[in-house]
Amino acid sequence: MFIFNGLKTFSKGGIHPEENKLTTDKPIEKLPVPASVSIPISQHIGAPAVPIVERGEQVKTGQIIAKTGSFVSANIHASVSGKIAKISEEMDSSGYRRTSIMIRADKEEQWAEGVDTSDTLIQEIPFNREEILQKILGGGIVGMGGATFPSHIKLNIPKGKKADVLIINGVECEPYLTSDHRLMLEKTEELIVGIRILMIALNVEKAIIGIENNKKDAIDKVSSIIRDDKTIHVVALKVQYPQGGEKQLIKALIDREVPSGKLPIDVGTVVHNVGTTFAVYEAVLKNKPLIERIVTVTGKQVKNPGNFLVRIGSPVSQLIEAAGGLPDNTGKVVSGGPMMGKALNDLEIPITKGTSGILILDEKEAHRKESKVCIRCTKCVQVCPMGLEPFYLQNQTMRANYEEIESNRILDCIECGSCSYICPSNRELLDYIRLGKATVMNLIRERQKV
Amino acid sequence: METNLLTVSPSPHIHQVQSIPKIMYDVVIALIPAFLFSVYVFGLGALMVTLVAILSSLLFEYVIAKYIIKRKADILDGSAIITGILLAFNVPSNLPLWIVVIGSFVAIGIGKMSFGGLGNNPFNPALVGRVFLLISFPVQMTSWPVPFQGRMSLADTVTGATPLGIIKEGVKNGESMSSLMKQVPSYFEFLIGSQSGSLGEISALFLMVGFIYLLYRKVITWHIPVIIILTMFVFSGLLWIGNPDRFIDPLFQILSGGAMLGAIYMATDYVTSPMTLRGMYIYAIGIGVITVLIRLFGAYPEGVSFAILILNAFVPLINKYIKPKRFGEKVKNG
Repeated sequence: MFIFNGLKTFSKGGIHPEENKLTTDKPIEKLPVPASVSIPISQHIGAPAVPIVERGEQVKTGQIIAKTGSFVSANIHASVSGKIAKISEEMDSSGYRRTSIMIRADKEEQWAEGVDTSDTLIQEIPFNREEILQKILGGGIVGMGGATFPSHIKLNIPKGKKADVLIINGVECEPYLTSDHRLMLEKTEELIVGIRILMIALNVEKAIIGIENNKKDAIDKVSSIIRDDKTIHVVALKVQYPQGGEKQLIKALIDREVPSGKLPIDVGTVVHNVGTTFAVYEAVLKNKPLIERIVTVTGKQVKNPGNFLVRIGSPVSQLIEAAGGLPDNTGKVVSGGPMMGKALNDLEIPITKGTSGILILDEKEAHRKESKVCIRCTKCVQVCPMGLEPFYLQNQTMRANYEEIESNRILDCIECGSCSYICPSNRELLDYIRLGKATVMNLIRERQKV
Repeated sequence: METNLLTVSPSPHIHQVQSIPKIMYDVVIALIPAFLFSVYVFGLGALMVTLVAILSSLLFEYVIAKYIIKRKADILDGSAIITGILLAFNVPSNLPLWIVVIGSFVAIGIGKMSFGGLGNNPFNPALVGRVFLLISFPVQMTSWPVPFQGRMSLADTVTGATPLGIIKEGVKNGESMSSLMKQVPSYFEFLIGSQSGSLGEISALFLMVGFIYLLYRKVITWHIPVIIILTMFVFSGLLWIGNPDRFIDPLFQILSGGAMLGAIYMATDYVTSPMTLRGMYIYAIGIGVITVLIRLFGAYPEGVSFAILILNAFVPLINKYIKPKRFGEKVKNG
C-alpha cells in the first residue's frame, strides 16, 4: 500500500511500535558454560525427540541425546559435556511440563568427535544436496526466528513443486530484539556461505536477503561481501511489523501471496531466518550441531543489556545475571519479543532453540489496561496483515458462533498481535481469537473423524 | 527464589498509547476553530447554545447511566461532549435554549443510551437529536440569524434564509439560476463562512483545518469525507452540466450548508460507520448521492443529516456483506 523512499514492504496492515533496540551496538558476548543445563526434548514444532541416553551416562558436547521422533521432528544434542543427572518432566516456556534431559557439566569440556570448534571460515562446500540435507537433519537445525519448524523438512521439497528463489529473513521486526542484527554484522561471511549451502539444497539460482532499514550497517556489510555475487541480493525493507512473518516477507520481497492454508513452497519459495542459516553453515561445514544460540537480554530497566551466545538448556536466570541481574521493579519476564513472546512464570526455565530474546518489563509495563467497549474505530481491521476483522472474530468467538469465525478465516490469523496492540479500548482481541482458533481446529478434527 | 511474583499474560506485551478519551478529545480540539469562528460571527448565542448543549448532554448521560442503566457513568470519556458540540453545530445559534435541552435529551437518551450507550448506537446521536428538533420545531429550527447582526443579544435577532434555502425557494418560483446566484454569497465568503446557516456549519475553511488535524493525529482516515464531497461534486456537476438553468453548480453544493460539517465530523463517527474500506466507499457514495437528491428534488433545502442517518441504517448490512480483502485471496503470482 505504501512505498516510502522506494523501500519495499508488505501491502496490507501492519504497525510500527517503538523500536527500542537498546542492544544494537552490543557485540555478541560468549557466556561461560553453565554448571548444568536442562534440555527439553521438544524444542520444535512436531513430535518430541526420543531420548537415547540414560541417567548417569557420560556425554560429550555435541553428542546426540534424543533422536527425531517422526518425520516432523528434530534431533537434540548435549550442549555441555558431563553426566546425565536426570530425565524428568520440567516446565518450559510454553508453561507445560515436558520431558527434559538434565546434564551436569564437567569442569573440562569435551567435544564430540569431528566437531570443528574453531572460528576459521570455510568457504568450500564439498557436499551435494542429499549430504547437506542429512547434515542439517543430523544437526538438529530448526527455524530460529521463533517458529522452530524443523529445517530439513522445509528443504525437502514435495514432488511436483519447485522453488525458484530462497528468501533469507533478516527482518527482526520485533521491537527490542537484536540477535539477528548482531549475527549479520559479526558472522557475515559465515552467513553468506550458509546461504550458498541452502541454495544448493534447494537447487535455486537466486537468493534474496530481506533486512529492515533500521539496520543500515547490516545492509551495508552484507552488500559489501556479496558485491560480486550475481545470485544473492540484499533488499532494504521499510520498518513495519510483522514483516518478519513468512507470508508478509514473501509479499514484500517478491510480491507473491501465499494462499490461505498453503505453504511458501506453493508460490515457489522457501524462507529461512539468518540465525538458522548460520546454524546450517555450522552443521554442514563445521559438523557442529545446534547447541548454542544468540539471545538478546534487554529491557528499559536492565543494567547491562546485551547479546549473549549461550548454550541451549541454560537457565534464563544465568542470562539475566549476565545482563546485570533482575531489576527491583521487574513485573514481567518475556521469552522472545514484546509482540509475540511468552511471559515466563519461572526464571529457571531453559533457553531453547527458538529463544531469540529475554525481555524484562517493569511493573507498570507488565500490566494491561482495563478493557473498554468496542467503539468500532476499525483500527484492528486496518492493521491486520491478513485482512481479517479482529473485532468481529472476538465478538463471534464470545458468542460461540464457530461456523461464522471459521468462514471468516480465523485460521489465517498469524497471531502477530497488531490488533490488540492498536486497540484504543484495550480489548482482548488476540486472546479471544486464539480461543476461537483452537476451538475451530478441534471442530475440524472432529469433522474429519466422522 | 525471587520474592515478587511475575505477571504472566498472553502476547502482545506492549500497547500503543491511544485511548478512547484521547481520540474523543482530539475530535473536540478539531472542532474548536470552527466553534470560535461561529462565536465571532453569531456572537453570544453561539456560545450559549453550545454550552447548554454540552452540559445537558453530560447531565442526561450521567443520569441515565447511573439511575436507569445502573452502571458506572463514564461521562468524561469525551463522547457526550462531542454529541453536545455537534448538536449545537447543527442548530441555529438563536434557538431557544429549552429546545436545545430537548435536543440533547433525544440525542443522548434516545439516540445513544437506549441502545446501551457508547459503541452500541446504530445512528449518530447528534443527528437523531437534530432531526427530531427539525421535525418538531420547524419554525425555530429554520429561522437563521443573519451573520454579524445582534451578536450581543440572545433574544430576537435579524433572521434570514440560508443560501440553500434561497436557491430552493427561487427554483420553486421559477426564477432563473443566474438571477438567484446574485442573491447568494460568493464562493470566497462560503469558504470563510460569512453566510447564514447552522451554528457550526458555516466555515468550510475552519472545518477543514480541524480535518487536517484529525488526519495528522490519525483519528480518522481521509476516505469517508473526501468521497462524500467528491460524490456530491460529481453527481451535482453532471446534473448542472445537463441543465445549468435548473441546477446550481457543484462548487456551490460542496461549500454550502452542512456538507463539510457532515462529511468530516458526523459521517466519520466510528460507531455508526462501516468497518472496512470498501464498506466506507459504499457508505460515503450513498451519503453524497442522497444529499444531492434531497437538496435538488426533496422537500428540504438541506439533506446531509437525513443522508447520513439513512446510510447509518445500512451500516450493519454493509458490514455483513462487505469483507476486507483477505491476504492471499486473489492470487497473482508469477
